[in-house]
Amino acid sequence: MTSSTLAPQRPAAHRRSLRGGLPLTRVSGLGLGVAMVWFSLLVLIPLAAVAVAAADGGWAGFWRTVTNDQTAATIRLTVGTALLVTLVNIVMGTLIAWVLVRDRFFGKRALEILIDVPFALPTIVAGLVLLALYGPGSPLGVNIANTRIAVFLAFLFVTLPFIVRTVQPVLAELDPEIEEAAASLGASRFTTFRRIILPSLTPAIAAGAALSFARAVGEYGSLVLLTGNLPMRTEVASVRILSSIENDNLDSAAAVAVVLLAISLAVIVVLDVIQRRVMRRG
Amino acid sequence: MAEHSIVTRTQVGRRPGRYVLRAVVTAYLFLLVAWPLYLVARNAFADGFTSLNDILTDPDVTHALRLTVVIAVTAVVINTVFGVGISILLVRYDFPGKRTLNALLDVPLSVSPIVVGLALVLVYGGREGWFGPTLESAGLQIIFATPGMVMATVFVALPLVIREVVPILQEVGDEQEQAARSLGANAVQTFRRITLPAIKWGVIYGVVLSLARSLGEFGAVKVVSGNVLGETRTATLVVEEKYLNFDKGGSYATAFLLALVAVACIIVVSVLRPKEDR
Repeated sequence: MTSSTLAPQRPAAHRRSLRGGLPLTRVSGLGLGVAMVWFSLLVLIPLAAVAVAAADGGWAGFWRTVTNDQTAATIRLTVGTALLVTLVNIVMGTLIAWVLVRDRFFGKRALEILIDVPFALPTIVAGLVLLALYGPGSPLGVNIANTRIAVFLAFLFVTLPFIVRTVQPVLAELDPEIEEAAASLGASRFTTFRRIILPSLTPAIAAGAALSFARAVGEYGSLVLLTGNLPMRTEVASVRILSSIENDNLDSAAAVAVVLLAISLAVIVVLDVIQRRVMRRG
Repeated sequence: MAEHSIVTRTQVGRRPGRYVLRAVVTAYLFLLVAWPLYLVARNAFADGFTSLNDILTDPDVTHALRLTVVIAVTAVVINTVFGVGISILLVRYDFPGKRTLNALLDVPLSVSPIVVGLALVLVYGGREGWFGPTLESAGLQIIFATPGMVMATVFVALPLVIREVVPILQEVGDEQEQAARSLGANAVQTFRRITLPAIKWGVIYGVVLSLARSLGEFGAVKVVSGNVLGETRTATLVVEEKYLNFDKGGSYATAFLLALVAVACIIVVSVLRPKEDR
């Protein structure tokens, strides 16, 4: 009935339970070897190179680069705004998932498609799209271009699908009988939501929140046209990395990149822990 | 069916809170996605078809569009072959380090596109990269050329096919494959006749999603492309360049084309998927 159209992020319980399987044969072993070489050349070695380049200047050099006034300001702005956006997404994403699963009305299908637009829309186009409504000459009479609100809005746009799409399938599978039982025992609708529904949704919300936070921290494309990239005001971490690259200062670019990679890694670990906990619970 | 929906409607009708939630969600999505998206289409056609016509007859833009399609299609083909192969290995076989590999395969989703570009430059850059100078003396330029742009695009879209195919492979199980094998089918026959038809829809969704993602990649490609007019400039880079050069009509028109393809991809997936679920 309710289909999560793109499901870019599957819910914890549906993913990985990859235990067991056949031992490798000669052909599958060769396939695995080729795949690993390709994956290493494309992902692992390049990411290792970032860490190595960041370590070039030693710990002191790394620390000097990331605590430089302008760089530290970009990291603070990026992480702070990403946290704020994730909080909004936790509320709005859960609410949207709730309406899409529990409500029926004309035009719901269209809303389903709108949710996935930020996932498929090129980020530079996303920036342009937001500029058309909230930038100079806005039909709403606001102009948030080149302000920190623009950073917030761009993050909000690109992270829209994450929590909706992780919560939606879990909510669809919840057994309504438990809620009915709670209601028949005298629980108010709010109590039912807080005591029955919310605990089952928490792992999905957490997984979606982690992904949405990671996505926001690394965002670049949607900000280019929207925020003006003003140093100390609207410049985010990835823009700072790019300007270091363009100034041919790859080592300091790598230092900031390592901070972002550490955040991504932390997110993946958190996700893994949540998923393991969910699987243990059954 | 009809009766059921009547019952649901009356239940819904008794709870005015639902209308509030519905209105809040609709308004939020309208303001955040629908209206801005509509405005881009309107701006693209502000002077009728002139802007669209201008960009489609501009040789630099048509070259960029062609390059975008070539890169995206190459990346999708690579990711599909790699994705299907690795999904089968992950689900059907057992090997040391499988869990770690599975977790690592999700890494590209949470890495900033700019970091992706930087990582590739550090390894394949022509001057100081780890492998770049060697490859370049062998006549293979990667950074500031098409191979690097393909690699960047493959990187960012890497997990999409895997994420679609793995759950389906787990769901269908391997009984039919075992049966085929016990009846004397070899690996290729088993894959072509049994496995591939079973995962067909997952592969198709994965391909459509990867295509949308690949056509629209911007940050990673910007870093590795060098953005050379008429050579390594892609459609998304055209959007930026035209906007910054005050050619807003051209920028909106190119953005409109890209948005059109992206929305078409979503609609294709959403039309196909429920059929599969039924």
